[in-house]
Order: sequence, then C-alpha cells, then structure tokens
Amino acid sequence: MLLDIRNLKVEARGEDGWTPILHGVDLQLDRGEVVGLIGESGAGKSTLGVASMGYAAPGLRFAGGEVLLDGTDLLKLPPARRRPFRGHRIAYVAQSAAASFNPAWRLLTQFTEGPLIHGTATRAESEAFARDLYARMNLPDPDNFGLRYPHQVSGGQLQRAMVAMAMACRPELIVFDEPTTALDVTTQVSVLAAIRESVRDFNLAAIYITHDLAVVAQMADRIKVMRHGREVEEAPTRQMLEAPEEDYTRSLWAVRSFRRPPRVLPEDEVPALRASGVTAGYDRGGDVLRDVSFEVPHGSTVAVVGESGSGKSTTARVITGLLPPRLGQVALNGQLLPPRLADRTREQLRSVQMIYQMADTALNPRQTIRQILSRPLSFYRRLSGKAREARLRQLMEQIELEPNLFLGRLPGELSGGQKQRIGIARALAAEPDFIICDEVTSALDQLVAEGILRLLSRLQDETGVSYMFITHDLATVRAIADRVVVMQHGRVVDSGTTSEVLDRPRHPYTAELLASVPEADPDWLTRRIAEGAG
Amino acid sequence: MSATARGMSIGRTLRHMPATAIIGFVLIAAYAVVTLFAPVLAPYGQAEIVGAQFEPWGGPFPLGTDALGRDMLSRLIWGARNTVTVALLTTVLAFLLGSVTGLLAAVFGGWVDMVLSRVVDILMAIPALIFTLLLLSALGPGIGNLVMVIAVLDGTRVFRLARAAAMDVMVMDYVEAARLRGEGTWWLIRREVLPNIAAPLIAEFGLRFCFVFLTISALSFLGLGLPPPLADWGGMVRDNAALITFGDITPLLPAAAIAVLTIAVNFVVDWMLHRASGLKD
Repeated sequence: MLLDIRNLKVEARGEDGWTPILHGVDLQLDRGEVVGLIGESGAGKSTLGVASMGYAAPGLRFAGGEVLLDGTDLLKLPPARRRPFRGHRIAYVAQSAAASFNPAWRLLTQFTEGPLIHGTATRAESEAFARDLYARMNLPDPDNFGLRYPHQVSGGQLQRAMVAMAMACRPELIVFDEPTTALDVTTQVSVLAAIRESVRDFNLAAIYITHDLAVVAQMADRIKVMRHGREVEEAPTRQMLEAPEEDYTRSLWAVRSFRRPPRVLPEDEVPALRASGVTAGYDRGGDVLRDVSFEVPHGSTVAVVGESGSGKSTTARVITGLLPPRLGQVALNGQLLPPRLADRTREQLRSVQMIYQMADTALNPRQTIRQILSRPLSFYRRLSGKAREARLRQLMEQIELEPNLFLGRLPGELSGGQKQRIGIARALAAEPDFIICDEVTSALDQLVAEGILRLLSRLQDETGVSYMFITHDLATVRAIADRVVVMQHGRVVDSGTTSEVLDRPRHPYTAELLASVPEADPDWLTRRIAEGAG
Repeated sequence: MSATARGMSIGRTLRHMPATAIIGFVLIAAYAVVTLFAPVLAPYGQAEIVGAQFEPWGGPFPLGTDALGRDMLSRLIWGARNTVTVALLTTVLAFLLGSVTGLLAAVFGGWVDMVLSRVVDILMAIPALIFTLLLLSALGPGIGNLVMVIAVLDGTRVFRLARAAAMDVMVMDYVEAARLRGEGTWWLIRREVLPNIAAPLIAEFGLRFCFVFLTISALSFLGLGLPPPLADWGGMVRDNAALITFGDITPLLPAAAIAVLTIAVNFVVDWMLHRASGLKD
C-alpha cells in the first residue's frame, strides 16, 4: 500500500468558527494504480487530493485522521520534514498550467528546479530526462522544446509540459486536479493520452480529480464518487459505470441523457436573426470573422460550436453591437440592426439579450436580486410599484426560485446554478425575441447544467424566444439545439440541422470535433489513439 | 426584517473587529470631540497672550506657555480644530477631484483617458513637496491656496487609484450587460462602478487624510502652512523648537498629537483594507 488515507477530517474557517468539509474519508492506493475522484464542485475532491500531500489550503485545517505514505503519517510530521515529500515523492498537476508556470523562466529551467532542490539528479541528468519526457509526451522538437517560455507554446502543450514537470523527480504518486478541464476537446485527447501512457510507463500511482465522467472512465482503474465531503461509493471503473449502486451516482450518470424532444419548426420566410457576410476584427488587427452568414429561425435554438479562438464570441459581439462589423450586416426579424450599439433604439436593444458564461461576473455583486431584475422592467417596460413587483414574482417563478427567499439576497449569497438562473431571468425580463447564450453551462456542474438546459428549453416553449447557443460542448448541442453552425478560424465551415451536422459529419473539422468528445466507455481513449495512429 | 438583519451584521462586524481597529476608532472619536468642542474645552483663546514666555507646566497653564506666552494646552486644542478641519477639507476636495476624473477616464477611455492621464503624469513627475512649495510661493500663502494646491496634487494619487479600480470593474460582464441594455454613463458610474470600488476608495481616503495632514504640518513647520496666529501643530513644533535644547519635551507634544492621529487612522484603514480584500475573495 503506497498511500493510505484513514478517516480524514478537514475543516474550513467560516464566519462563525470551523465547519467540517471532509467528514472522515478513506482512500487506498497501490503503486501503478489510478483512482478517479468524481463529484460536483464543493464535494471535497480537491481537498482530498491535496491532503494526500499532507497539505491543506489556507483557511483549511486537518481535524483528524491519518495520511500514510509508505507508512509515514504526513500529518504528524513537522512542516520542515513534510516538505521533502512534496515534488519529490508526490507531485501535483493543477487545472491551469498557464497559471502554474512562472512566465519569466524557460520550461526546462522550471523542470530542473525540483530535482536540483531535492538533489535527485544533476542538471545534465535532469535535462536529459526532460528531453526524454517531452518526446514521450509527443511535444514538437523535444530537444529544444524546453528552451521556450511558457507563453510561446499552446495551452495543450503547456499542460503536457506540466505533466512532464510533475515527473521530474520520478515521484511515486501524482495528483491530477482537473488537468484537462480548461482545454478544448480536440487538445484534451492528446493530454489524456500523454498522462495515461506516462502513468503506465513509470508504474505511478495517481489520483485523478475531475467532474467529467467520460474522462475519468478513460483514466482510472477505480472510481470514488464524492458528495458533500463524504464518499458516496467506490468501485472498479467498469463495475461503477455499468452498475452504480447509489441513486446519486445514477443521477450523475444520467445527466448526459437529457435530450429535448424533437420539434417541428414552422417554416418562416423571415428568420428571427440573419447574419449575412459578416467580416469583423478588433482595432487594427486582422479579420477575426470572415464572411460569416447564418440564420436563426423563430422559436429555434441554433448552436454555434468550435474551439476557442474560432470566432464564436466575436460573432456574439457583432450581433449585440459591441463590435461593428467591417463588412456585412445583421438583421432582426427582417429589419437591419444598426451596427453600432449607440445607434440602436431602446426597442432594438430590448429585442436582443445576452446570458453570460460566468454568472459571477455577470451580476453586480452590490445589487440585490430585486434591483438586478427590476432595472430591465422599469427601463424597457416602464413598470413600477405593484405591477413591477408582480412581474418580478412571475419571473422568479419562471426560473423556479422562491421569490420571498431570493429577491432580497445579493448574488454572493447564491449558488452558481442559482446565479445563472438570475442571469436568465434578467434576459427574460426584457421580453426579448432573441437571446445569445454564451457558454452558459460550461462553468457549472453537470447536474446543475442539465437543470439550466431543461429550464431554457421550457422557457423557449413558453415564450417562443430564439436562442443562439454558443458552446464547445457537443453533448449540450445534442441536448438542446435544432440547428448547428460549426466555426473554425473565423469561418463557418458547416451548418444544418443538428442531426445533419452531427450524425453524418460532412466536414473533416466537424468529424474531428465529434471524435474528440470522450465517451463514458473505458476503451474509448484506446480506440481513439489507435485510430489516430492508423 | 432587513433592518434586523443589517443590525445583526453590524453587531457581528463589531465583534470580529481587531483590537487595533477599536483603539483607532476610539482615538479618532476623541480627536473628533476635541475638534468639535474646541471653544468649550480650551481654557484660553488660541492667540491670547496670557502669561510670560516659556512658563513651566502646572498652575494655571497645565502644559506651560509658548515663546509668546500663549497657553500651550489651549493652542493644542485649537490646533486640533484648525489642522484637522483644513486636512479634512483638503482630502474631501482631493477625493472629489481625483475620483470623478478617474471614473470618467475609466468609463470613457480613449482620448478622455489619454488627456487626463497625461496631465496627471506631468503633475506627478515633479516631487510633491517641492512642487507644493513652488506653487505656494507663486500663489502666495493663505488657507485657500494651501487647500487648493494640496487638493490638486493629492488628487492625482486618488485619480490613479480610482481609474485603476474602475477599469477592473469596467471589464466585468455586468457592466457590459448594462451597456447592452442601453444605460447611460451616469448610471454606469453611479450604479455599476462606484459601489464596487467604494471599499478601496474609502481605505485610500483614510491614508490620504494622513498624508495631507502631514503635508500641512510640514508646510507649517517650513512657515508656509496656516498663517499665524492660527494654532497648528506643525507650526507649534517649530515655534517652540528652542525648548528642546533645554531638555523640555513640550515641543514634542504637538508632534505626538500628529503621530497618534496618523497611527489611529492607519489602524482603522488597515482593518478596512483587510475587509475590502476579503470581500473580493
């Protein structure tokens, strides 16, 4: 037994004393074994992950239990004697490689830092090992790759360099904390493959933390499901996927099955929104969008998909008037929209609303929910007094939040899903014809995200509003979209109904996007690598 | 119900306040009382010559008399009123000037920001005390000029803070949402930006007040501060400096009054900054 965590309790400092966030969790891990930790945010996955290094984040403390690494209880060691373990025998790979590298040093310099501090290798040995690892990770030009600075390589390459760096001291245990969550699906595959191969080659033990079931299915031998700081259940991966025992686990598994019932859309001559030949760019830079044209029929949902940098969000900025296009135009209900925000009438502004990805920054933290939702009502509808209060309550009921409980609160007192619902209500308050949903579910846990998707489709059925749904998640597209527009490098490469585009992909990029989405099948990654090699 | 909730949250705030902040508040309150009730508290007038030069402590003059035979205690008390009032007025003016221009620069951006920022850069390029001395010699001493010059020069620091803090807020999605709604500049500043930069601005107000206070005292010491015979602490140090050579600590009393208020304000500001940063998390 390499790692043996017994009855671990961790507490967090709150307004009034310490509150437990891990209520006695066990975790056992052997050499060469990978355990996946899965659960919603706040389940205590990361806390448990870093606890295996004998570390508690600021504001947290260990309140009981043992963390035995090879028989040594890390929690009982004084900090100075705990330190030699970290980086040397246990390593950690964080979610954002960009935030974990020091931008001022070359990758190779940062790689050799650990081995030199711990005295496990000379600089020359360590550099040779780095080149070997860079080659294993399929990084370009492995001999010279380490001479680059972090900003000179792509996000996926940086994440692989981070995995290489974690292995610099030849650790026995690596903690991976959502290492691919911030990456596009197409880059995610290469990082997953690199991690899995190196774990096997070096016979490492690993803890893999994620909220994505399909990802953990590729990586882990065993899966532990966590919720509210407790273990829900633990089982070997295949058994867990095929026959979960607990209801909560089953609900996690079922999330991806949400499909909106297929609808017959009325044929209409004039679509709710039509973008024709839009070419746009920022300041004096080059064109970010080139000749983008698409339509959003009345009462329908059109998903715009593509990886980051493909121009999805820029398209939204053109439609809202934040970025006037260089060429082309946008028409709402057949009427041309003035390109500049300042030239639009209040009625035109009301008709186009936006829901943001990060509900945290989309709601003013100093305004109560009542203030946030009242403003569009009085601004566009000139409602006040009782009429406004009645409409407020109606809106809150539409988004399934209890008005008496929530109207007086500040956004900081709401959960992520509740905040996103308020963002939806703010858009609805304007009674718009067209709503742009910019990655509205990508910052949310799967269960919460599914609730938001259900809510959005119900609201569409009730109000007949049209959605432009910006996302990089194809599962979301299948769940909610009537039509799909695929974008790459600022161009529309494919479009059509959801089944036309996704079931029989016509464009190679669409096919690549589709093939990159992990499936909840433990053999998916193996197949995918084999296809890539063949 | 919301009133009770607010009352409870103030109660909780007080309970969690560190000892230094409480000390700071108590001291500031004491200074405020002295400032407000100076005519009642002071035994004599500030310009009144009531005894011989440099009389010792005790008797009718608890802290002795100064170089002209004026009561030291009375002048200390009047000094609080003069110095604190002028410093407060100057700080408020600096804040109005700095935060309004800073917010405008952040909200409008473009050439408005360009012009305002370059003007501020030019003002800040010259060492503050030397620039103040230069301007005061050019414009002539007097309370009005003193307040204006320090307010403009200290306003540049406020401008930079307000602009930087407001720019952080301007990139938030909720500001974009308000813009897309069609809100005007005034709404953006007042409802979206200002409430979110209030905490750092209030903290800066405390610090700025200390700096202004020290500047005025320093100028008085150099003879360019409040015109005589008005009592002010910086000038009182200079007037009685000769006593130090005789081992008398009386000239240090006004200096101590300055130091204690500065420390008290800093205690409170530290605590507010801590709270402000905690809110950001």
